[in-house]
Amino acid sequence: MVALLGFLVWGLVKKGESSLALGEPVPVATLPTLPEGGEGSLEDYRGKWVLLNVWASWCGPCKAESPALDRFEKQNRNQVTVLGIDTKDLSEDAMAFLEEFKIEYPQLRDASGDYTDQKLKTTGVPESFLIDPQGNLVAHYSGPFKDEAAIEAFAAPALEPQASASKDQNQ
Amino acid sequence: MKRLLAALAILLALAGPNLALAAEPQASLPQLEDEVMCPVCGTLLGLSHSPAAERERVFIRKLIAQGKTEDEIKDALVDEYGGQVLALPENRGIDVWAYAVPVIGLVLALIGVITAIIVWRRRRNDREDEPPEPGPSGEEADRLDKDMARFDL
Repeated sequence: MVALLGFLVWGLVKKGESSLALGEPVPVATLPTLPEGGEGSLEDYRGKWVLLNVWASWCGPCKAESPALDRFEKQNRNQVTVLGIDTKDLSEDAMAFLEEFKIEYPQLRDASGDYTDQKLKTTGVPESFLIDPQGNLVAHYSGPFKDEAAIEAFAAPALEPQASASKDQNQ
Repeated sequence: MKRLLAALAILLALAGPNLALAAEPQASLPQLEDEVMCPVCGTLLGLSHSPAAERERVFIRKLIAQGKTEDEIKDALVDEYGGQVLALPENRGIDVWAYAVPVIGLVLALIGVITAIIVWRRRRNDREDEPPEPGPSGEEADRLDKDMARFDL
């Protein structure tokens, strides 16, 4: 009985750790790329600012924010890399999504959702993470970005002139 | 003879797919809905109507239409969503324990019951082998008769 209660409390405590702490390193994992054929990791982008966007093709809000995210990426790709992670999705549907929104930025696929759920501690889609060149979490946002201005505000630390300068120093 | 062999070959060629179909049960959506999970809801697919679950159903229907067997469809789902999509643990690797633990528990319980029965029977036999207790002495018997007479209605 005591062991059962212990497990229950432990489970609740674990569940309570709901999100990554700002300033802490963002966990990395090697995942297959989308389209299939390669592998990639957040670690591949060390030394660059990264806007990590977790999405799925069945998610309506992900569709809503995609055009703005794509425009933001095209305008700011020199300062920040947008990296998509498709989760709990059919690969065929995910590819159709990328084609529909003409998304060109790199994509990884977390089919089981293990990485996004357990390592990034996402609670749904879309969710976005701003990660500095050292791999630490700078900002986290749950839900869809309303427009491009909202994405720019979220990614402001990466878009500031000194952010680019520090990135250059790191490179 | 040649004609006979040719006829046999044609018959086997025609029967082949039918025999294969007979061996492999036809996959059905309601059956699979009870055996696989919705990728986002943490429930059986049959209990969910989320957009992700609907896409999973479309995927399964497509594979059924292609004539895939239940196992082939489950394999395809695992390729798409990972092993967690299966409602039942796989019978390999560490998942085997999910099946082994209840069987081991049952065997241990059976051994316990059999041991208890053997011990109980031995004790009963030992008691039967013991000499019977002596009856009441003459004085005790007289007193008992008198007492019983008082309650005689």
